[in-house]
Amino acid sequence: MTVDASRGAPPGMLRASSAELVQLLTPEGERVEHPDYPLDLTAEQIRDLYRDLVTVRRIDLEAVALTRQGELGIWASLLGQEAAQIGSGRALRDQDMVFPTYREHGVAWCRNVEPIKLLGLFRGVNHAGWDPKDHNFHLYTIVIGAQTLHAAGYAMGIQRDGAVGTENGAAAIAYFGDGATSQGDVNESFVWASVFNAPVVFFCQNNQWAISEPLEKQSRIPLYQRAQGFGFPGIRVDGNDVFACLAVTRKALDSARDGQGPTLIEAFTYRMGAHTTTDDPTRYRLEAELEAWKLKDPIERVKAYLVKNEMADSAFFQQVDAEAKQVGADLRKQCLSLPDPSPLTIFDNVYAEPHALITEEQEQFAAYLAGFEDADEMGEEAR
Amino acid sequence: MTETFTLAKALNAGMRKAMENDPKVVIMGEDVGKLGGVFRVTDGLQKDFGESRVIDTPLAESGIVGTAIGLALRGYRPVCEIQFDGFVFPAADQIISQLAKMHMRSLGTVELPVVVRIPCGGGIGAVEHHSESPEAHFAHAAGLRVVACSNPADAYTMIQQAISSPDPVIFFEPKRRYWDKAPVELDLAAAPGLHQAVVAKPGDDVTLLAYGPMVKTCLEAAAADEERSLEVIDVRSLNPLDIETITESVRRTGRCVVAHEAPVFGGFGAELAARITERCFYHLEAPVLRVGGFSTPYPPSRVEEQYLPNLDRILDAVDRSFGW
Repeated sequence: MTVDASRGAPPGMLRASSAELVQLLTPEGERVEHPDYPLDLTAEQIRDLYRDLVTVRRIDLEAVALTRQGELGIWASLLGQEAAQIGSGRALRDQDMVFPTYREHGVAWCRNVEPIKLLGLFRGVNHAGWDPKDHNFHLYTIVIGAQTLHAAGYAMGIQRDGAVGTENGAAAIAYFGDGATSQGDVNESFVWASVFNAPVVFFCQNNQWAISEPLEKQSRIPLYQRAQGFGFPGIRVDGNDVFACLAVTRKALDSARDGQGPTLIEAFTYRMGAHTTTDDPTRYRLEAELEAWKLKDPIERVKAYLVKNEMADSAFFQQVDAEAKQVGADLRKQCLSLPDPSPLTIFDNVYAEPHALITEEQEQFAAYLAGFEDADEMGEEAR
Repeated sequence: MTETFTLAKALNAGMRKAMENDPKVVIMGEDVGKLGGVFRVTDGLQKDFGESRVIDTPLAESGIVGTAIGLALRGYRPVCEIQFDGFVFPAADQIISQLAKMHMRSLGTVELPVVVRIPCGGGIGAVEHHSESPEAHFAHAAGLRVVACSNPADAYTMIQQAISSPDPVIFFEPKRRYWDKAPVELDLAAAPGLHQAVVAKPGDDVTLLAYGPMVKTCLEAAAADEERSLEVIDVRSLNPLDIETITESVRRTGRCVVAHEAPVFGGFGAELAARITERCFYHLEAPVLRVGGFSTPYPPSRVEEQYLPNLDRILDAVDRSFGW
């Protein structure tokens, strides 16, 4: 049997029509209305969103620079996905629980996770630097899609706590990418959420690329349409439109908290940078594609809207830039002063309760290390 | 107070007690509700505790363990049933990369008190993938506690101890012993700790080490050997391992035979043999010998009796130990 490599989805199937894309702010900064997603934001709220967008882009830029300078081992850039992350992140309530991938630095910002805490993993001083309970923001998950099941299970816990359909109703939100939709775990999480009607929102940032593989390698249909087969709504939103991401996620979370079950949101966006700092996208994608997406920049359109509607002046923009620059400078300083963990911390926290083997190995390794110190001291004395 | 239970019923009674004591304990798995599990280990629990605490899940093992992790993150204590040993591998990522590592990755801020129950081993005439012994895979994964019960009394106490552990526990159940009956002490106060090995039968001449289904086989071998005095240790906990109890025994007897159903090569017996050699080198009269499955996939059931270690193969190893 031969396989026709050119056989794939018919043209047009992969790209949903613009009518299917929820957009409230055009790339040119024009406000458009959508009957299902009314959104009233004050000028101050819009300025806050703009500040968030600029700040997380600055954090990201700083982390990329720190990687280039050898201070981080690797970094997964969110460049281009700021609106998807800030829009959805600002739709959350405190009681909602977030299950992120390793690229959700913008959502982390919305959950008040100090940026320096994100760097521990990438610098190699820990595997995760924050207590999920302090922020209702779970650890970054690197195995693709595994966290979606955690979100579905957590949402089942919310149900069992009777916290659905109440004043203080809570929801879980799982973040993942386009590549993850091919994973068994993601599909299993859809099944679980569906049959248990769990209060969970699946937020897929379709940034078009899973490292070097384009969406065509993952799906023959638009990703949001997958939800239908699982029995819950799927919506495609302009992932570079912070207003639309906010409105769509807010509605999906409300629906989950009210007991209406899961929603799949496909935030249609673009990974402007490399997959990670170790990747070289020039090997597999065209510069022209990048140029086209530059015109849809998530920050520029908010700026255009603010200017057009006289909601912000140049002093505001200068101030935001200065603040963001300061956040970047602080992050750099904190990164450089992150201490390497002591060797014996390797044994910490493997188990919650004491474990004989871990204790034994830790003691043996401590004695081994101490042997070098003794040898050093003897050497000193000899000299 | 004691009551006579089968091993399956002892597990059932232990889980019932844990559910009564802690409303956060939930049971989840395939067919665990109305059916009571394919081995009836969860029989009647859904009827008494309701569908929100005894959850018939969709048929996907990764989903079972993955959502159990989510429930644990929300404060629940899930007890997952993997229907058969050979079906645990679809859940390998969730167990080995997610469940096992979360406490360390979170710098100790996240505890995942999840129990994964796995009926294990052969000897019931089943089709393929229903008779596996995957314990070494999990004993090798740091962050998990791995235990195996061998009799009704232990089943009753160990399942409760496992459920109350703040760490994830892989709980192996010897499926061909599910129907064995024995008196069970209902008061947990006198029970050995979850990670203690116990001397199942004292002896002087050779130490037999086993866990799960092989403990009974070793006890039968010890009873059958009229010339030599065989000590049988039920290892009970693979990780952590109670090496002290084992060391004390082997130093006394000077000989040791390990028996498990899993293939010998790279099996848990290799770890036991290495550790015993390190600790008992000058006391050993012979190398630690291992009896187990062959380095083959589990065979069709009509020849499984030849594949599985039995009384004769264990006594043959004892003979070889004395012939050294």
